Amino acid sequence: MSTEMKRRIFLKRSLAAGAVGVAAGAGLLTPQEILAAWNKAAFEAKELPSALNELLGVSDHEASADINVKAPDIAENGAVVPVTISTSIAGAESITLIASNNPVPLVANFKLGQGASGFASTRIKMGKTGDVVAVVKAGGKLYSAKKEVKVTIGGCGG
Amino acid sequence: MANTIKIRAKEKGGETTVKALISHPMETGGRTDKKTGKKIPAHFIQEVVCKHKGATVMTAEWSGGVSKNPYISFKFSGGAKGDDIELSWTDNKGEGDSKTGKIK
Repeated sequence: MSTEMKRRIFLKRSLAAGAVGVAAGAGLLTPQEILAAWNKAAFEAKELPSALNELLGVSDHEASADINVKAPDIAENGAVVPVTISTSIAGAESITLIASNNPVPLVANFKLGQGASGFASTRIKMGKTGDVVAVVKAGGKLYSAKKEVKVTIGGCGG
Repeated sequence: MANTIKIRAKEKGGETTVKALISHPMETGGRTDKKTGKKIPAHFIQEVVCKHKGATVMTAEWSGGVSKNPYISFKFSGGAKGDDIELSWTDNKGEGDSKTGKIK
């Protein structure tokens, strides 16, 4: 590729990026469009590997002892299951929370920003007994840990 | 929607713990209304962003699998007592709210 061509491509790209920035800044884009960051395909995936692939770009994950999943052994009410994940893996970029037997297995993805510790806590719904899986992304690789939670009353049905 | 967020942030030993509660129905779209037999449309928070001094410390992407009136907690370093901390959410209908709290 000649230098001339590269220069053209570069110009094109920077112009395109500039235009999007201006549009967002001027409030031309609705919140829905800005939300394009919300990964629809990943959150609609019915299988865990495809959800991970859509969300994080990789689906292979290895079990790690450096991730701690804190959840009750038995959840009496599947509609509210408190889950806390903490990890000591250096350079953790994100913590993904999965309830493997839910109709939509991918529950939440916490992207750790500047200075954030490897810690996230929330309350999730669980349709039935199953594993709560935490996947931590660090350095392009995925590490995981899981804990089985027995659910006596499901939280996903009507 | 106004006043849907309760936020608390506490600094201890250089680490700030943020806890927040959001009032939201978090409907998955999979439930049916027992009286009418119709499906209740999906209505859940998709994104929660938390900022400290303009820098994003946490972005959470959620599905309808997060419980009603969600609770979120996380930790970060670099916060100081008296600093502002801003939390905002957006749901699948494009509604949202934000609130600024102080680190204690």
